[in-house]
Amino acid sequence: MTYIIEGKTGSWEIVVGLEVHAQVISDSKLFSGSPTTFGAEPNTQVSLIDAAFPGMLPVLNRACVAQAIRTGLGLNAQINLQSRFDRKNYFYADLPQGYQISQFEHPIVGKGCITIELADGQTREIGITRLHLEQDAGKLLHDQDPSLSFVDLNRAGIALMEIVSEPDIRSPEEAGAYLRKLRQILRYLGTCDGNMEEGSLRADVNVSVRKAGEAFRTRCEIKNVNSIRFVMQAIEAEALRQVDVWENGQTVEQETRLFDPSRGETRAMRSKEDAHDYRYFPDPDLLPLVLEREWVDALKATLPELPDAKRSRFQAEYGITSYDAGVLVAEQAVADYYETVARERDGKLATAWVTGDLFAALNKTGSTIEDSPVKAEMLGRMLDLITDGTINGKIAKEVFEVMFETGDSPDTIIEHKGLRQVTDTGVIETAITTVLEKHADKVEEYRNGKEKLFGFFVGQVMKETQGKANPALVNDALKARLNNS
Amino acid sequence: MTLTKLTLSEARAGLLSRQFSVRELVQAYLDSIKSLNPTLNAYITLCPPENILRTADIADTRYKSKENGLLEGLPIGIKDIFCTRGIRSTAASRMLSDFIPSYESTVTERLLKEGALFLGKTNMDEFAMGSSTTHSYFEPTINPWQSKDDLDKKFVAGGSSGGSAVAVSAELAIAAIGSDTGGSIRQPASYCGIVGLKPTYGRCSRFGMIAYASSLDQAGPMTRSVADAALMLEIMAGEDPRDSTCSTRSVPRFSNSYEKSVKGLRVGIPREYRNEGISSEVNALWNKGIEWLKDEGCEIVDISLPHTRYGLPCYYIIAPAEASSNLARYDGIRFGFRQDAPILDELYEKTRAEGFGAEVRRRILIGTYVLSAGYYDAYYLKAQKVRTLIRQDFEDAFKNVDVILTPTAPTAAFELGSHNDDPIQMYLNDIFTVPASLAGVPALSVPAGLDQSGLPLGMQIIGRHFDEETVLSVGSVLEKAASFPYCPPPLCTMYRRVST
Repeated sequence: MTYIIEGKTGSWEIVVGLEVHAQVISDSKLFSGSPTTFGAEPNTQVSLIDAAFPGMLPVLNRACVAQAIRTGLGLNAQINLQSRFDRKNYFYADLPQGYQISQFEHPIVGKGCITIELADGQTREIGITRLHLEQDAGKLLHDQDPSLSFVDLNRAGIALMEIVSEPDIRSPEEAGAYLRKLRQILRYLGTCDGNMEEGSLRADVNVSVRKAGEAFRTRCEIKNVNSIRFVMQAIEAEALRQVDVWENGQTVEQETRLFDPSRGETRAMRSKEDAHDYRYFPDPDLLPLVLEREWVDALKATLPELPDAKRSRFQAEYGITSYDAGVLVAEQAVADYYETVARERDGKLATAWVTGDLFAALNKTGSTIEDSPVKAEMLGRMLDLITDGTINGKIAKEVFEVMFETGDSPDTIIEHKGLRQVTDTGVIETAITTVLEKHADKVEEYRNGKEKLFGFFVGQVMKETQGKANPALVNDALKARLNNS
Repeated sequence: MTLTKLTLSEARAGLLSRQFSVRELVQAYLDSIKSLNPTLNAYITLCPPENILRTADIADTRYKSKENGLLEGLPIGIKDIFCTRGIRSTAASRMLSDFIPSYESTVTERLLKEGALFLGKTNMDEFAMGSSTTHSYFEPTINPWQSKDDLDKKFVAGGSSGGSAVAVSAELAIAAIGSDTGGSIRQPASYCGIVGLKPTYGRCSRFGMIAYASSLDQAGPMTRSVADAALMLEIMAGEDPRDSTCSTRSVPRFSNSYEKSVKGLRVGIPREYRNEGISSEVNALWNKGIEWLKDEGCEIVDISLPHTRYGLPCYYIIAPAEASSNLARYDGIRFGFRQDAPILDELYEKTRAEGFGAEVRRRILIGTYVLSAGYYDAYYLKAQKVRTLIRQDFEDAFKNVDVILTPTAPTAAFELGSHNDDPIQMYLNDIFTVPASLAGVPALSVPAGLDQSGLPLGMQIIGRHFDEETVLSVGSVLEKAASFPYCPPPLCTMYRRVST
C-alpha cells in the first residue's frame, strides 16, 4: 500500500525518520538521587546536582543504564559495551548546567529494528539507528505571572532515551504504526510508560519528499509532537507543504518547525542559520561507560516475552488467528489476562470471550482490564462450566453479565439463579412433547419437507426449559422424534 | 617560642604534649592575620574570630579528653574554590561574591572531620584562572617576600592558589589547601617558598570544589614542610562516591612513609626542560638539586619528554574548552550575581559580562572557539591527541626512572603588574608545571633556594601515577639539603610598616 502525493509535476513519495524521546522508568534521575515522580509541586524534586550548583558532579545511575540496555535488547539492537557521555552546550533557563549531558558520538545502543504491521496485514521492517541516554531539561512556566517566567526543575536531569529511526518510514500510517509498536515494546519492557499526554514519550519528526528513484531531498524537523495522531497529521501537512514548495520552483530549506494541531499546519521555528552550535565534547566529569558482557547477558535473560514472540506463541499454542493474537498482545495486561483464561482451556473460546463480551463490557463502562470486575480466573472458571456442560453458551452470557455487575463467581451465580443446564433427557423429552403438541401444524409442514423449521423447534424447546437445556441433547432428541413417526 | 613559626607537625606535637593550647595557637594566628592580611590580602573571607576561638576551646577539651582528631585545632586556610557550608565561597569572582553554600566539599569535610579549624577562605585568581592571584575580584594578593635590592617593589604571590601560599608563608595559616589545574599549587608554592603538592589526578575528590577544568583540577596541600604535606594529603585523599573520576585506590599512610630511603632511586632530568626561558639562577639551583640527590645515593638519568614543547598550547586549549562549559552554569538564573534584563538572552549577556573578570571572559571565549563546529578537530581534538602523547612521554620515562626532577617555574616571582598586558608571558609561568597536569601524575614543589634578589625558588619532583610516596620522599631529601627558611625574613619594609 504505497502512500503517494500526486502533485502537478507528478507523484511524490515521502521519507520520514523519527526521533523519540522516551522517559526512562526509574526511581531517581540519570545523574542524581532526586525522585522522578510526575506531577509533584514545582522544584520539590531537585537536588543541588540538578540545579547545577558550584562544585556539584554527576554520578551515573546504574538503574537507568540497565533500562537503556533492556530497551536496546528489546529493539533487537546492538549493545555497545563502550559508550561515552558528551556535553551538548547551550543556554536556556530550563537547562541549569548550561549543557545537557547526552551521548553524541558513542551511544550505548547501536543499530536495531522494529517490525510494524499495517492495516492490510502487511509487515515492514523499520531500522533503528541508535538509542542513547541523556538528561531531560526543566520546564518554564509562563502562566504564573503577567510579566515573569518561572522555572520548574523537577524534570531537569530525569533520564531520557532518545531512540532514532532510520529514514525508512514512507507514510503517515507507517509512522503511526512505528510509534505504537515502539510504545508497546517499551511498555512490555517496563522501561518507559509511553504516556504521551504526560510527556514521557515525545517525538521529533523528520520529513522530506522526493520523486521515485531520487536521492533524499532536504528534510525539515518537526519538534516535540505529543500524540500519535498529531504525528500522522504533521507528516501529511508537512509533506504537502514541501511538495508545494518544490512544485512552485522553490527550495525546501532545512529548518526546525512546529506543528499546530488546531490549524493542521507546520510553521518555521528556527532556520539552519540560527541553529545552535552545540559544541559537543566528552564530559570530563564522567568516565567512559564500560559494560560487562555478563551483565548485559543477565539483563537479556530477564527480558519479558515481547509482543511479536508472544503473538506467534499465542497463534501456535492456542490455535487462534494472527489478527486475534495481535489484538490480545497489544497490551501486556490483556495478554496476561488472556493467558490466564486460555491456559489449558479452549483458546478460541477464550479469545471469543475476552475480545468479545469482556472488551465490550469494559468499553461500555470505560474501565481497563486491570480493574475489570471479572477477574481472569473467574472467566476461566466460567469457560470450564461451559465445557463440562454445566451451562450452555447462551446462559453463559447471562452469567457473565451478572459477574461483571457483581464480581461474584460463576458458580455462585449459577447456583443462586438456578441456571444449571438441563441434561436430564426425561425433562427434555417432556419439553419436546409439549412443543410438538402445541405446534402440530408446524410438525406437519416439517415432515412435508420444510426442514428449516428444525431451528424453530429447537428454539421452542429451549424456551420451554428457560434456556437451560443442553442444546446438543435437544438437537439429538428432536431429530429422533421428528424423523421417527 | 613564636607559635606561628611552627610547622603543622610541630604544632601538633606541641598540642599533644600540652606545651601550649589551641586557643594560644589560634590567637597567635588571629593576631598575625589582623596585622598582615590588610597588606597581603591573602584572605577573601575571614571566619569570625569569636567562632574560631569557640572552636579552639572545644578543640582544647578534645585534647584533654584525648578525643582529638589528627588536625584538631590546627588553623588552616582554605582556597576560596572549595565550597564550605555556611562560609561564603566566591572563587574570587563577582559572580559568586555573595554565594554561601549549604554544603561542604569532600576535601574540606575530611579536614573538618579530623578537627581542622578553618581561619578563612584564601584569595586566588578568579575561578583558578591565572598564575598570579592578580585576577581576583577581591584585589591581588601580595607576596610577603621582597627583593633585597628594592624593598618598595611588590611581587606577585603566583597563582592561582596565591592566597593559600601567602597565608602559609606569611604565618597567616599553619597550612592551607589549594587546587592545581596547570600549576596553581606548585607555582605559588615556589614563588612564596613553601611546599605545594599536586596529587595524582583522581587522588582527591573534586566534589564541592568549584570546577575550572574538570579533567585537570586536583586539590592538594600547601604547607611549611614535606611532612605536613604528607599528613594533609593522607586526610584529604580517598574514594568518594560523589565524584566518578575519584580513584577507589586505598590511600597510603603518607605521614609514615614520606621519608622512605631514596638510595638507588633513578631520577630523570628531562633535557627538553633546559630551554631558553629558564633563568641562570634557576638552572644553577637545578644542578644543586641534582647534586643533593646524588649525595643521597640517587642515580641521575638523562631523559627525554619529547612533547614538552606542546604542553602549554595543549593546556591552553583543553582547560579553556572545559572551562567554557563548566562556567555556563553561572547564568544569573538560580544563584550568584544577576544583572536583570527584560529578555533572557540579554540577562545572560549582562550577567556574564559584568559577573566575570577579563581573564575568565578571555578563557571562556577561547574555549568556546576551540569547541566550535569547524574548529573542533583542529584545536580541541588535536589537543586531546597531544595530551595522549604527553602522557605517553611520562609513561615511557617512568619505565626507566622513578621520579623526574625539574624546576617548578622558570623564574622567581615577578613584579606585580609586570605581565598585565601580556597574557602569553603570564601563561609561560606554567611551562614546567603543565605537563604533569596533562599527564595526571603527582608533582611536588619544594622550596630549594633564593635567587640573587632574595626571592624563593622551588624544585619540582614528578612521580608515577599514585606514587606520591616516592615523590614526598625525594622532596624530603631536598628539603633537608636546602634547609630552607619557610617564612620570609621579617625585615621587609612592608612588615615594618604594618607592625609598627
